[in-house]
Amino acid sequence: MAILEIVNLTKNFGAFVAVRGVTLQIEEFATHAIIGPNGAGKTTLFNLISGLASPTTGEVWYRQQRLARLQPHEIVRAGMARSFQRVNVFSRRTAFENVQVALIASAGINYNFLRNAGSLFREEALELLRLVRCEDEALRRASELAYGKQKQLELAVALAAKPKLLLLDEPTAGMSIAETKSTIGLIKDVVADRGLTLLFTEHDMNVVFEIASAISVLHHGEIIASGAPEDVRKNDDVRRVYLGQD
Amino acid sequence: MTSRPQLIFLLAVFAVLAVVPFLGARYPVELATQVMIFSLFALSLNVLAGQTGNLSFGHAAFLSIGGYACAYFLTRLGWPLAVSMAGAVIMSAAAALIIGALCVRLNAIYFSMLTLAFSMLVWAVATKWRSITGGDDGFVGVDVPIYLTNPYSFFWFTLAVCALSVVALWILSASAMGHALVAIRENPTRASFLGMNVKRMRLAAFVIAGAFAGLAGCLLAMYVRGMYPQTAFWTQSGQVIIMVLLGGIHSFIGPIIGAAVLYLLEVITEQYTEYWSFVMGLILLAIVMAFPEGLVGIFSKLRAPRRS
Repeated sequence: MAILEIVNLTKNFGAFVAVRGVTLQIEEFATHAIIGPNGAGKTTLFNLISGLASPTTGEVWYRQQRLARLQPHEIVRAGMARSFQRVNVFSRRTAFENVQVALIASAGINYNFLRNAGSLFREEALELLRLVRCEDEALRRASELAYGKQKQLELAVALAAKPKLLLLDEPTAGMSIAETKSTIGLIKDVVADRGLTLLFTEHDMNVVFEIASAISVLHHGEIIASGAPEDVRKNDDVRRVYLGQD
Repeated sequence: MTSRPQLIFLLAVFAVLAVVPFLGARYPVELATQVMIFSLFALSLNVLAGQTGNLSFGHAAFLSIGGYACAYFLTRLGWPLAVSMAGAVIMSAAAALIIGALCVRLNAIYFSMLTLAFSMLVWAVATKWRSITGGDDGFVGVDVPIYLTNPYSFFWFTLAVCALSVVALWILSASAMGHALVAIRENPTRASFLGMNVKRMRLAAFVIAGAFAGLAGCLLAMYVRGMYPQTAFWTQSGQVIIMVLLGGIHSFIGPIIGAAVLYLLEVITEQYTEYWSFVMGLILLAIVMAFPEGLVGIFSKLRAPRRS
């Protein structure tokens, strides 16, 4: 069953068509990679799905719910969380505070002005930090963490929203080989443990083939191939525009 | 940013203030009353400007709405004190709800400019709506309840209202909502991707700030025994921003310290020179150039000189 259905989605920026008539189904519990050269429209597609940008035409359906033109917070509440290509956390807050406030929002008590937040969700927050291997950095400011750690922190922040569908925009971008390896392992574990559906973009083909159960290839804003990893790998168009460059 | 020591420190300040009436002189009592009223006003702005990161340039609108409403309810309608003040706070909150709903759609400087525009509308209404506000002449003569006519009893009343407000706003700043508001200040995009309705949260902060400004307005109207359009003028909104910046915008107690220091400096300076605006300009210059974290920032730098 498809958890996410994208129907004929198009986004124009003036005369430039960033995403052109994308139709795509994401199966529940899939780990679905969107790949494509720089500027192919991957991030724009993510922004359209997650509500950061609204499409020029087309629809996005999450289960039975129409998403296109909803606000980001409504989409998060529906069960979808995301990370950003460039780390997007509360950089002046500690790692613990980052996850804690995410849990506050997730519990829907962000209007509660009486409940002291000091040690609110302490255990849950520390558990999430342990999960992403940031427990030793709990009391350090996010901006002081190594880049790889910041990405992992953002993963914890996204997971705090208790999503069913997780969107990760280049989860290993800017990471060292060792960090990439550990992050992939982490993502694989988390997705399996929590029964998540994962939609991610990635430029590192090793990462893609390591964790993707399905791949779609975006080129000039259009899907040119979609399917199981081995089929996509064999696809001539894909070899020409993308894999051939390796 | 909000710590228990700050709250304890503040309560200690109130305890010291409680000694003022026993000094025997009337002037310090009146001065302390004024300082407390403006401290409450500055503290209310900080919910919005400091905690949520929305610098309102029209916060005086709610000070004056609360003041006019309280004056009107007490004097023209003859309502009891508690009802008048509650009514005035509700009026301010309602005005903040309407004005805020329009303003929170915008960000940064556009937000500030729109709040400024609305406050000038309030000022224009206060100037022209003679039957309610007294127009240019102001609302002269407020029927303060007999038990508050004595400056000493009014001092105690103000002290109680301000202390309770400080505690209430401290609870807010340390609460789940307080933390969520800080998250919105630091990174509104991320906050919305945590599932927070950022605009509605900002509106909630706007209304809370407006309500407490209205409460300060009630005290001001009763203290002055009148209400005047200048209270809604943009210079008043500017002054309270300077108070908040002087004290330290990212701390809970900063605005209170800023209000006290600026107000006392003004009173002292005016005894020696008529160029208070010049002195205030210099102070503002010093904050912007040297102490962006305000007086509170200087203290924390002294305490931990090695941390940047």
